[in-house]
Amino acid sequence: MGTITRAAATGVEVRLEHLRRVFAGVVALDELSLTLAPGELVALLGPSGCGKTTALRLVAGLDEVTSGKVLFGGTDVTTLGANRRDVGMVFQAYSLFPHMTARQNVAFGLQMRRVDEQERKRRADAMLELVGLSGFADRYAHQLSGGQQQRVALARALAIQPKVLLLDEPLSALDAKVRGRLRDEIRRVQLEVGITTLFVTHDQEEALAIADRVGVMNKGRLEQLGPPTTIYTRPATPFVAEFVGLTNRIEGDVKGGEVIVRGTRLPLVRPDTPDGQAVALVRPEAVSLGSDGDAGGDAGGGPLVGTVIAVAFLGATSRVTVDLGDVIVLAQMPTSQASAHPAGSRVRLTLRPDPVLIARDETAAAEA
Amino acid sequence: MTRSRRIRLQALRFVIFALAAAFFLVPIGAMFEFSTRGIGINSARTFSAWAAIPSTPELATAITVSLELALITSLLMLGLLLPTMVWVRLRLPRLNRIVEFICLMPLTVPAIALVVGIKPLYIWISLNFTDSILALSFAYLILVLPYAYRSLDAGLAAIDLKILTEAARSLGAGWGTVMLRVVVPNMPTAILNASLLSASLVLGEYTFANLLNYENLQVAIQYVSLVSAGTSIAVAVASLLFAFVLLMILSFAGGRLQVRSPGQRA
Repeated sequence: MGTITRAAATGVEVRLEHLRRVFAGVVALDELSLTLAPGELVALLGPSGCGKTTALRLVAGLDEVTSGKVLFGGTDVTTLGANRRDVGMVFQAYSLFPHMTARQNVAFGLQMRRVDEQERKRRADAMLELVGLSGFADRYAHQLSGGQQQRVALARALAIQPKVLLLDEPLSALDAKVRGRLRDEIRRVQLEVGITTLFVTHDQEEALAIADRVGVMNKGRLEQLGPPTTIYTRPATPFVAEFVGLTNRIEGDVKGGEVIVRGTRLPLVRPDTPDGQAVALVRPEAVSLGSDGDAGGDAGGGPLVGTVIAVAFLGATSRVTVDLGDVIVLAQMPTSQASAHPAGSRVRLTLRPDPVLIARDETAAAEA
Repeated sequence: MTRSRRIRLQALRFVIFALAAAFFLVPIGAMFEFSTRGIGINSARTFSAWAAIPSTPELATAITVSLELALITSLLMLGLLLPTMVWVRLRLPRLNRIVEFICLMPLTVPAIALVVGIKPLYIWISLNFTDSILALSFAYLILVLPYAYRSLDAGLAAIDLKILTEAARSLGAGWGTVMLRVVVPNMPTAILNASLLSASLVLGEYTFANLLNYENLQVAIQYVSLVSAGTSIAVAVASLLFAFVLLMILSFAGGRLQVRSPGQRA
């Protein structure tokens, strides 16, 4: 435990086996099993109360499991206290020790490991340099901005060359611009150090941007685990579809493994869905626009004709809001295409036949 | 606010301050005056009563003993209360109200009732363990609980205890290190307050010591007054001034360190 070499910092496999945590009869985490490959960054994504923070705290040893196991590199650490687990942790709230300078903060964990003073200083300075704060070693927390404090916290967590890096919404307290920069910074440092990392967030953009794999959690359970592109393009459950990315909810008819949405047949992700009225979940990217009348046919106003009520410019792409009379539909497309449809113009919608999911009744009720 | 109103307010403040100052200072001044009187009606001022303090052996030992008691009580109080309060806040928040209730209880029980209840215990202690007066610290520990609790409670409320302890734990610190290296350095004012309040309470304590047959400073002053009124008053003035100095340190140190905490109502 005492010797900390450079090799110790390269990632170990982290395995969570059937983790379960019950607080006073309430199941906060239900049978979570997850294996992080050495050096991998996995993001746990979900709304507040979904159990993602509980999972992180169980890995950190800051909370005790009701049942299940946590293994680092094959070693069972479930019963080890937080101070003996060798984890680096960055918290959502600013957590620097207010009575210490940035350098002393970073060196704290090394001091706990009885590293001698010169080596402590050298390593603390190297870590501060890694996070781009070489000139701030002698500042106290209250002399640093929020983003700088979180960088110091990251340096502090990494200085002990932990087996696992745990990030508990480290960007949530920061403003949007700093958040984006620090997010990329965290990823750069994580790749550079090669440490296995568990990152917890409620911000899907953050999770999709930074992670090798994303685990979407809901009500204590892992709904889907996969690479960001899979999570986004092929959500496994309606919850994932609605939580990750924007989704249109359009009524349709399920019949024989397909859903008919206003005359367009769309395949279903789950063809075994029972027939009947249902709400289809359609991604804005799957909606394209043409000028009304272009397509010929029923020019008098077919089932998918509406009026553009707003165009949001997002940079390379734009999001067009179309009023179909009884429902509002979002369409996302390259800005060059969107410019052909200014607000007020009549448009015809085409739905790309990607497989879609059907909204569950319970989520429909929750949204209402 | 108009100018004349502000002036009136200032005047009122000054009057209140002057009255309060007079209330405290006149008796002490009178005591000082009495302690420097010579013998006989027209004799000159003399400090012989003050000079007699060190040469009165009971007083010298009583002063030492009371200072030792103050120190031991403060340390016991910190050692008992601080870890308990931290633990309750972090792990057993439901017990918070109960701990508060227990700590504030000594305020509601008259000292005389406490002494009567505690007396058999002290007889047993003096027979079986030690007859040293320093055993009084345990009784004093109970007396100082309400004041120390209040002060430490305010200090703990001002820091993000949970995050700081968890950060320290994840960096490899055991609970002892967390307390000494992280909690204590972040609430110096509260700890200083609690200690000084405890110390000044112990220095002024009479009932317990007297009824349990120990001779602390106040009891000694009482004895000496039977022999030499001047000397006993001189010691009383000195101990009052000492307590004042302690409280001044408290309020100045407190004022200086408080700048950090924003969000107080103006």
